[in-house]
Amino acid sequence: MNRLASALQDLRALDTLAARDTPLSRRDPRAKLIVTLVFVLTLLSFDRYQVASLLPLALFPVVLAAQAALPARTLAHLLTLAAPFALLVGLANPWFDRTPLLALGGVELSGGWVSFTSILLRVTLSVSATVVLLAGTGMPALCAALARLRVPQVLCTQLLLLHRYLFVLGDEAQRLTTAYRLRSGRTARMPLSHFALLAGQLLLRAHDRAMRLHQAMLARGFAGHLPLSRPMQWRRADTLFVGLWCAWFALVRSIDLALALGRLATGAGA
Amino acid sequence: MHMADALLSPATGLLMWAASGTVLAVAARCVRRAGDERLVPLMGLLGAFVFAVQMINFAIPLTGSSGHLGGATLLAILLGPQAALIVVASVLTVQALFFADGGLLALGANLFNLGVIPCFVAYPLVYRPLAGTQPGARRIGVAAGMACVLSAQLGASAVVLQTVASGISALPAGHFLALMLPIHLAIGVAEGLATAALLLFLRRARPELLAAPARVAATRLRPVLLGLAVATVLAGGLLSQFASSQPDGLEWSLAHAGSGAERAAPATLHARLDALQRRIAWLPDYTRPTPTAPQTGGTAAAPAGDAGSSLAGLVGGLLTLALVLLVGFGLRRRRSRT
Repeated sequence: MNRLASALQDLRALDTLAARDTPLSRRDPRAKLIVTLVFVLTLLSFDRYQVASLLPLALFPVVLAAQAALPARTLAHLLTLAAPFALLVGLANPWFDRTPLLALGGVELSGGWVSFTSILLRVTLSVSATVVLLAGTGMPALCAALARLRVPQVLCTQLLLLHRYLFVLGDEAQRLTTAYRLRSGRTARMPLSHFALLAGQLLLRAHDRAMRLHQAMLARGFAGHLPLSRPMQWRRADTLFVGLWCAWFALVRSIDLALALGRLATGAGA
Repeated sequence: MHMADALLSPATGLLMWAASGTVLAVAARCVRRAGDERLVPLMGLLGAFVFAVQMINFAIPLTGSSGHLGGATLLAILLGPQAALIVVASVLTVQALFFADGGLLALGANLFNLGVIPCFVAYPLVYRPLAGTQPGARRIGVAAGMACVLSAQLGASAVVLQTVASGISALPAGHFLALMLPIHLAIGVAEGLATAALLLFLRRARPELLAAPARVAATRLRPVLLGLAVATVLAGGLLSQFASSQPDGLEWSLAHAGSGAERAAPATLHARLDALQRRIAWLPDYTRPTPTAPQTGGTAAAPAGDAGSSLAGLVGGLLTLALVLLVGFGLRRRRSRT
């Protein structure tokens, strides 16, 4: 399967997940957005040599993934897509940072390996939180939340339209490339001149479709922007949701819970 | 190349958000003011086009490798930089949300590297002057190619600057730059070739698409904006560099000295407060001023920069930005009320 087809499949899978009625999808999208942002900021505010103290934060994506009934397989698949760049850059740490930092049972661990593990953990947690946010909210609700949070209307409308037409143009691009492959008998990459023709055709079709779409929108009383507001009600449960999670993040940030637990378990003094 | 959340510190991430967010807000205002309703569906569909076409690989001539279109330069040429930036922002947001490409905090940095640079640096400074008002086929090709190469190089340098300023990766700036620039030269050339080829096709097939250059009228705010963005990034990059390199050395020496040094420290009120501050610090790498740091005359190679003053500079810069935004917001509210 080519990249485009698999990307479209991922998009559809996440959209289907987001369309379900789950405990998480019933939370106000603004609450989910705010809490996720605070989570990411808290996660990234830790020192680069912190590994264990980050772990209590994993509670957030784990609980939310459960509330959203998000399959672990989807999460793992998206993680493998997202991780490479950070991991490649992170792999330089063990190479350049060889200061011994930890001694575990006679084996000295360099600072580089510790910080690499930290990067690994950061990637996992931040990607999970983002995916859970989307899978538990859905794009239309997220755009509406952004609009309510005073993000410019132009951008919200653009996001919504892009999301709607990704599938249409994605399918069209896929049909074009399939037709090209079938007729050219090529299995290798297409030459630049063919690419220009193919992408150019796609662009012209996109442009013509946009003009038709504009006519259709005008016919339906379009006045510059799409109606974004959907019934959105901030309930007490949402305040509780934001408050409790932020309190948890503050606790994790101020007390090294993993270390405290470790000391309790091993009986070592403070 | 998308910047990743995991490599960013909150200070750098938020600074990039502030820079990109300001430019994005102004671009959104320009597009809204232009009032061209046809732009709304066109931007949506061109965003979807860029998203789809990014996944179609082509063979780069004379080499064995393949490339794909990035799209920001093409969008800037077709829609004008303001509308193009909004389209790029939406594509990056969808990529961040659906494919976890980059991440939420890194979105600001990515928008800067892949959107603001091609639309507000390469397009007005390279494409417009080179292409001129009535460009022929060759001029369009050369101008678009150059703009793409410059965007890729600047974008790659920005990724390096953001990574180094964040201090999560231990990769030295020189090594990282030496790695990133050649790769992004190839990426930029591939993107330039594809953009030029596509533009030349459009010029033959539908010349009127290229004839309407900037759909959104150029605004006088552009120089202010550019200045603001460049100043923010420079200040952010340099200051974070100072602020983060200092504790790095501290951490290194602490690690080197072992835990004995920590135990030997007297439990004075100052030490306790310091410990408390470290514990509650939101930005741990930026909150360890060294009041006894020697004056070095501001040379770049000086090992000990004054982290206290860089902190003050960073906070001052952010406050200024916040004040500017506040004033802008206040003015907008007053305008909407009248």
